Amino acid sequence: MELAFIIEKFALVILIFVVTLVIAMYSTLAERKVAGFMQDRYGPDRAGPFGMLQPLCDGGKFFFKEEIIPAGAHKALFILGPTIAIITACISSAVIPWGRDLTIAGRVVPLQVADINVGILYVFGVVALGVYGIMLGGWASNNKFSLMGAVRAASQSISYEIAMGLSIIAMLMVTQTLSLREIVEQQAGFNWNIWVQPLGFLIFCTCAFAECNRVPFDLPECETELIGGYHTEYSSMKLGLYMFSEYINMFVSSAVMVTLYFGGYNFPFIDSLGLSPNLLAILGMVIFFLKIFAFIFFFMWIRWTLPRFRYDQLMNLGWKMLIPLSIANIVLTGVITIVKDTFF
Amino acid sequence: MTQAEAVNTSANYLPILFQLIVAGGFGVGTIIITHLIGPKVKTENKLGSFESGIEVIGNARQPFSIKYFMVAILFVLFDIEVIFMYPWAVNFRQFGLSGLLEMFIFMALLLLGFIYVIKKRALEWD
Repeated sequence: MELAFIIEKFALVILIFVVTLVIAMYSTLAERKVAGFMQDRYGPDRAGPFGMLQPLCDGGKFFFKEEIIPAGAHKALFILGPTIAIITACISSAVIPWGRDLTIAGRVVPLQVADINVGILYVFGVVALGVYGIMLGGWASNNKFSLMGAVRAASQSISYEIAMGLSIIAMLMVTQTLSLREIVEQQAGFNWNIWVQPLGFLIFCTCAFAECNRVPFDLPECETELIGGYHTEYSSMKLGLYMFSEYINMFVSSAVMVTLYFGGYNFPFIDSLGLSPNLLAILGMVIFFLKIFAFIFFFMWIRWTLPRFRYDQLMNLGWKMLIPLSIANIVLTGVITIVKDTFF
Repeated sequence: MTQAEAVNTSANYLPILFQLIVAGGFGVGTIIITHLIGPKVKTENKLGSFESGIEVIGNARQPFSIKYFMVAILFVLFDIEVIFMYPWAVNFRQFGLSGLLEMFIFMALLLLGFIYVIKKRALEWD
């Protein structure tokens, strides 16, 4: 293990971490701006030009607010909850390939923190851990609303994880690999997986919304029923970490959806542009981020379009619709692939 | 580093540890900083649980609907069965038709259990 490798990886990790945080911060502004746009008003416009400094003000405010730990709360778990939430949100992006390899001074630098051969399973594992943050925080608060939010969050995310896992299996049958880098390489040009797995994408996308607790699946924190849900008792930066982790999750799940189904950093005619490899890598990364932003916009668009589900509707959709649908998708994919392999 | 080397070595997992260190440092650091610089004016009302301003009755650590527990148990069952499918899905083209049929039998058994669960009304919420 040479020093250059460690420095290179640390630099990449910190770069990605900063980019993730900035995107999460500006997602909060974008959310309010999109809401304003959808509802025919301006949204925040006081802090700086077009309200561009709003996230910085909000972030600063979080630091200077009083930190309250309720007398009845379990103190250690109360602090552990948001910490787990932010850590799991931040490390889930480790296996996403952000672009092609860069060559800097004769050294090949992959734009991916860790190219491990179980890529997708890693993402799933970390996402599944994320529910502990919500669960612990909600239970430790010793508040009925928090507890309800936590229990809802846990049962919702485990219910949709099954359908998510099944929809991924159909995709793995097409890609034949778990490594995200290889999955992206296979989708060179315009051979995106969305063309072969449209149903799988639809299921995956729905489950991603549910895993991120976004509208219409925001039952764990619906203001009208549960005050703030699992973070009712939270204040100061601990509340900030929960909100951050939510926006980071939205960013990462957009990135995963783009990687799996929309070609990652590939775009049509990428190799007929005649640019140098480094330039192409950077261009690919820009395209990748544009696709991610399109998905983040989609998340926000849905928020102002659909009403929230009732709890039994949520469970029925997860168990009785998505699971049978994703199994049907596996069967369909299997049969078509085998027929193709045998007869053509 | 070639592609063959890039697979299956623990060194590949090391950068994840770096990311864990950075993320953990951020999470713990911000919590400590806000603890140090924020105002600290604790009053009894402020430290009580918030239930929309109504006086708090009892403790929140009380039993809740058994349905949530059912969902958790069913999740464990189905998720393990889903995990079994991953290695098959990655290699399924090499197994060909017989592998597909075997997996269909497995999935039919899974579906049978699923139908039983639904018929038992384990997932009804009213």
